Amino acid sequence: MDKKIRVLVAKPGLDGHDRGAKVVAAALRDAGMEVIYTGLHQSPESIVEAAIQEDVDVIGLSILSGAHMTIFPKVLSLLKKKNAQKIIVIGGGIIPADDMKKLKKKGVKKLFGPGAPTTEIITWLKENVKPGKKKRAQTRKKNNKGL
Amino acid sequence: MSREIWEKKLKNCKERDFKFKTVSGISVKPLYTPDDCEFFDYERDLGYPGEFPFTRGVYTNMYRGRLWTMRQFSGFATPKDTNRRYKYLLKHGQTGLSVAFDFPTLYGRDSDDPFSRGEVGKCGVAVDTLRDMEIIFDGIPLDRISTSMTINPPAAILLAMYIAVGEKQGVPAHILTGTIQNDMLKEYQAQKTWIYPPEPSMRIITDILEYCSENVPKWNTISISGYHIREAGSTALQELAFTLANGFTYVEYGIKRGLEVDKFAPRLSFFFNSHLDFFEEIAKYRAARRIWARMMRDKYNAQNPRSFLMRFHTQTAGCTLTAQQPENNIVRTAFQALAAVLGGTQSLHTNSMDETYALPTEKAVKIALRTQQLIAYETGVPNTIDPLGGSYYIETLTNELEKGAYEYFKKIEKFGGVLPAIEKGFFQQEISRSAYKYQRALEKKERFQVGINIFEEDKPADIEILKIPPEVERNQIKKLKEVKSERNNRKVKETLRLLLKAARDGDNLMPRILDCVRVYATIGEICNTLKEEFGEYQEPIIF
Amino acid sequence: MKPAAKFFKDILKGDKSAVARAITIVENDSDYTLLKKLFPFSGRAYYIGITGPPGAGKSTLVNAIAKLFLKRKKRIGIIAVDPTSPFSGGALLGDRVRMADLALNKNVFIRSMASRGSLGGLAKKTKDAALVLDAAGMDYILIETIGVGQVELDIAQVCDTTLVVLVPESGDSIQAMKAGLLEIGDIIVVNKGDREGCERLIMELKFAFDLRNQLPGWSYPIVKTIATEGYGIEQVVSRIEAHQAYLNKTGKFEVLRKEHLFSRINELIEEKIKNKLRRRLKSQPELKKIIDDIYSRRRNPFDVAENLLKDSGIVP
Repeated sequence: MDKKIRVLVAKPGLDGHDRGAKVVAAALRDAGMEVIYTGLHQSPESIVEAAIQEDVDVIGLSILSGAHMTIFPKVLSLLKKKNAQKIIVIGGGIIPADDMKKLKKKGVKKLFGPGAPTTEIITWLKENVKPGKKKRAQTRKKNNKGL
Repeated sequence: MSREIWEKKLKNCKERDFKFKTVSGISVKPLYTPDDCEFFDYERDLGYPGEFPFTRGVYTNMYRGRLWTMRQFSGFATPKDTNRRYKYLLKHGQTGLSVAFDFPTLYGRDSDDPFSRGEVGKCGVAVDTLRDMEIIFDGIPLDRISTSMTINPPAAILLAMYIAVGEKQGVPAHILTGTIQNDMLKEYQAQKTWIYPPEPSMRIITDILEYCSENVPKWNTISISGYHIREAGSTALQELAFTLANGFTYVEYGIKRGLEVDKFAPRLSFFFNSHLDFFEEIAKYRAARRIWARMMRDKYNAQNPRSFLMRFHTQTAGCTLTAQQPENNIVRTAFQALAAVLGGTQSLHTNSMDETYALPTEKAVKIALRTQQLIAYETGVPNTIDPLGGSYYIETLTNELEKGAYEYFKKIEKFGGVLPAIEKGFFQQEISRSAYKYQRALEKKERFQVGINIFEEDKPADIEILKIPPEVERNQIKKLKEVKSERNNRKVKETLRLLLKAARDGDNLMPRILDCVRVYATIGEICNTLKEEFGEYQEPIIF
Repeated sequence: MKPAAKFFKDILKGDKSAVARAITIVENDSDYTLLKKLFPFSGRAYYIGITGPPGAGKSTLVNAIAKLFLKRKKRIGIIAVDPTSPFSGGALLGDRVRMADLALNKNVFIRSMASRGSLGGLAKKTKDAALVLDAAGMDYILIETIGVGQVELDIAQVCDTTLVVLVPESGDSIQAMKAGLLEIGDIIVVNKGDREGCERLIMELKFAFDLRNQLPGWSYPIVKTIATEGYGIEQVVSRIEAHQAYLNKTGKFEVLRKEHLFSRINELIEEKIKNKLRRRLKSQPELKKIIDDIYSRRRNPFDVAENLLKDSGIVP
């Protein structure tokens, strides 16, 4: 049976700049992935809840409003609280380099800067995500693997 | 030598392996000649500057009389920080202000709203009450400066606050000059900053039109914006067509309200993007002027020549800037600014090189301003009017864009107008498809962006970045609490009650909103009151 | 407790992570172990299908109906099916956006599913997912599909009550009739009822139903709604309940469910045989040659197929 990489593409924060999120969503679809798009202005709480119910492999967040240092850590801590750390969190948007470093330390697996081609995102996902394979017992190991 | 011989020679020339097309997809020929402008009538299609159909410019002597207004969009952190930045810009020769608000303000939320977490003061200045506006404009005389405010759903509130600041400075409303963006249609189509559904939004906008034509006659009531449509990924043609279609929709609503078209139309202004395709951008501005003039005269029966004038502000395209090799952005911006000036813009914002990272630093914003000043004072470009007029290429492009725009108007009409087309997701789909196409073209190298898919460098950019410290949010919330404890809460309640009543009774909301802001009601309180009556908009999902 | 046992218990408890995981398993695997274990605990939920053309406002309607059920302290499972791109095999699933205000409710579970092409057995997968939700203790399961094509009609087959949603748009009603949509609808919802052409559509529908054989005791109601404003939703829900009552009173409920089970068995057999045969065909060492032979008319596809069946031992 075919297993698909399932990705939740969410647009948290208050800005309405969904051009990037939508382009990425369409590109991932065209690369054969199943993309759940949640729309604008999503709170970290609703993003995590949707990710759990949809049992996605990856959450992709697009933030251009400058609120990344608030939103990414909140999503990560909610995932942990719900025992769903197995879900990989990646992101993109306007994020300065030293913030990127801090976020990666906190557990964001990958951040794509402005100008990253969609092919780079697709390649990364295909190399780093095994769809539907995450088992509970493996959670820890996977989490520690890093990049 | 005849054309045939040249064409034969051309066929034998080797051409670069490249698709010669404008960003809008118009095929570009190797050469344009008078043959391309065969059906072209100078008097009818171009005319003289300041004369119908205004293709060559809205004013008789254009930049020989007065240069464009150099207006840098700016605002960040607390009102105090922003006030300091404004004084800095004015000191360096900027001639008008343009306020950037933070996201909570743009959405009509207070700084202490849970929705605002992490967003306060990040992308603009935080405004909760009149007190914040008093600080922003402290020491800036409102009778001598014009102010543009990028604000949409809560536009009426910020305008009311500006009027109230004027009152405190002793400047009466009828001499205030400036602009509120107040263009909700493009929000639903592209920028996605909304509160209420389209119909109540249109009502508030029409209320503002009505109120200002009586009380704030020099105020530009709507800045009909293609900028965001373009940033969301549209082509130049879509930007042109959708923006004008929105403009006509506002005109229709004004007329439906019973307002005289010549009374409010002269106060409508436009706001366009200046993107990478140099000539296409110039042609876009020229086509826009011509279409607006013709439609206003022929379709909407305007008589006042001022109603025909499509006056516009331009901002260079933020979406074309690259995080890679950021210094290149200075050059990109310079070309885009030049296109805007050659296109006859009335005011201009030039982006700073560091804007793919954060809000600009003082140094970056100064270089951006200097870029405009270079064009104005060194290049000689403003010395003659519409210097590219008569260029076979420019005139052909202008005609083609105009034709394309009319085709879009027909499509929109088939939906029953702009609002039904929004509901059907027509614009949203058109825009996101163009955005995807553009991205694909970049990735397939059919289109180039230096530093992204050609002449790339691995070296990370070494650039100074403006940081908004986290205490900004805490301080702003603290200040909001202070204002709330000092104000007369009974009066706030009463003015909000009357506002709700006016919303229900269909009365003009502007006077009631003014009453609310004068007693320091917060933006959130006012918007929540109106939400009770108008409800909230829900986004249709269209790819 | 062993992880597997805990997992199973969590599903029955309706733990959202466990339910979500279980749906992924049944969606990805052709192994029925989990479904077999869950089956005895199913059969309690009431299944409602919502189908109609794209843009009819199905998600908004589902959202509104779910909210009403929530007020009655019910637990709701929602499955929203969107088509898989035939070119890439990927899908963009955007139905959750319309259900944003349900997202955080603890009594609601929403799952988006991609059709993954008819070969994957969309109808079957959806039914499997619904079975998980059923066993997880949902009172109502709402299944939303785009009403175009046989697959969607098949999904509607699992439902006790099926709503067909139409909008007053030119040609929609005719399209719907052509697609056989009206035949599967127990209740017709005319959404966006404030639009022009609404009354005409209702007239057309009434006429169409007059021509159709009416069932004694059930008269195919047509309900006008404006889902975005919540208008007409109470009536939709009361019609659903009336239909439920009608099924119970006439004993049709049991008959219907048994029919569903029969077709379920059918489906499972078909799938197994199909897969087995396809595998066999593909593993034929001389397949390329056989096709070449057929192409050049040395053999014919009918004999080849019959022989293959005979060899498999399924058909004598």
